[in-house]
Amino acid sequence: MAVLLKNLSKSYKEKVVVDQLTLEIKQGEFFALLGSNGAGKTTTIKMLSCLLTPTSGEAVLLGDNVVTSPHIVKQKINVSPQETAIAPNLTVKENLEFVARIYGANKEQARQLAKNMMEQFRLLDKAKTKAKTLSGGWQRRLSIAMALISNPKVLFLDEPTLGLDVRARRELWNILEQLKGKVTVILTTHYLDEAESLADRIGIMHQGKLQALGTANELKSEMEMDSLEDIFLSLTEEGVK
Amino acid sequence: MRFVAFSSRNQKEIIRDPLTLLFGIGLPIVIMWLFTIMQGNMPMELYRIENLAPGVIVFSFSFLTLFSGMLLGKDKSSSLLMRIFVSPLKSSEYMIGYTIPLFIIAFIQIIVCFITAFVLDLQFDWNVLVAIIVLLFNALLYISFGLLLGTFFTDKQVGGLFAIFVNSSAWLSGTWFSLDMIGGLFEKIAYALPFVHAVDSTRFALKGEYSEILVPSLWVLVYTLIIFIIAIIGFKKKMKS
Repeated sequence: MAVLLKNLSKSYKEKVVVDQLTLEIKQGEFFALLGSNGAGKTTTIKMLSCLLTPTSGEAVLLGDNVVTSPHIVKQKINVSPQETAIAPNLTVKENLEFVARIYGANKEQARQLAKNMMEQFRLLDKAKTKAKTLSGGWQRRLSIAMALISNPKVLFLDEPTLGLDVRARRELWNILEQLKGKVTVILTTHYLDEAESLADRIGIMHQGKLQALGTANELKSEMEMDSLEDIFLSLTEEGVK
Repeated sequence: MRFVAFSSRNQKEIIRDPLTLLFGIGLPIVIMWLFTIMQGNMPMELYRIENLAPGVIVFSFSFLTLFSGMLLGKDKSSSLLMRIFVSPLKSSEYMIGYTIPLFIIAFIQIIVCFITAFVLDLQFDWNVLVAIIVLLFNALLYISFGLLLGTFFTDKQVGGLFAIFVNSSAWLSGTWFSLDMIGGLFEKIAYALPFVHAVDSTRFALKGEYSEILVPSLWVLVYTLIIFIIAIIGFKKKMKS
């Protein structure tokens, strides 16, 4: 199992942000976590990526606990945050090499890894372009390449296509599609079509709780609804607990 | 050696901003040249190059505070720092990674300012080399102030706070006038802060009065250590918040 959560909770004083989350994600699975703003998706990702300490419960990634062994966990994961996370004054190549090196690659290895990533993400002709001058779509593409350069076993993608135009979104989908089966991907998104198209399984969170879990088809048959949007709206309505 | 990659990235970010060169290196040269002209028309020997050069070089270090504070503040407000927090870098490695490139810029500032001072009639002797060592040590004080500001404030706030910092550190440093000309509480406050001690230790080094260097250097050391410790603790907390 790649990810194992047992009653994982996070609260700030009285406010419970993630409430008793229990979940298992298999290795190589593409898992989408859906929810309205404030549902607890980003907090969950932050706990799994060792950025936040859970208030209670347990989170184990590939056999290592995120609280007791964060340094081991950090070697195995990477993240593409909600906003584009790039060093603006560095070129595309320098950004990639920089991330490879902070994950332990030497100069030569970093150069080779950056070249591979630029080939995979069709960034080679932009290798010497400063990241801040790239368009939003290309910046997001670079951001995901930076997340993959460390060869993570678990990859967190926090709203990777937010704010992109249709063409840029589709291009990114094609890239993400290629990750299926190779890397365990945990994706948070507001785009339901994105989750339906890419994810093996979908979890819907509301007010910190996991309200539904399954493949898109399983959810539709369980809820007796035809669209994921209807299911999402019914599970995340005000008053649903 | 992960911090080497991080410090290399920071160095590129700072150097590729042209304002760095303009303020950090160009301004001290202009100031030294203008005050030397003024000295030619003054009855007192306040701005003799032996007195002026140490003060102006220490003053130029204020821009290290600006650069480090702005870079850290900017990183904090972008998602890049989240990406780096997820990586295996430790909080002490962040601080070293931010400090090294600024230390290199400090060295360049010192060399450029001394070359200007030689053109303006400063005599070269071995004391200059001792003064360079003392100055490098003093530069750490100003870098630590920047890391402290960048840890607790955003880049925009750092810009505003820097205006207060650069004025108060300059007024209280004894560079532009002798502090005993005002005396009283002003002088007491100045000597309770580290800025005048940084200038004094450099002046003693340049005059070859080595036995006088220890006390002001201790003031600078204690302040530098305290500020670095607060910045690291604050940064650790920010990483978990």
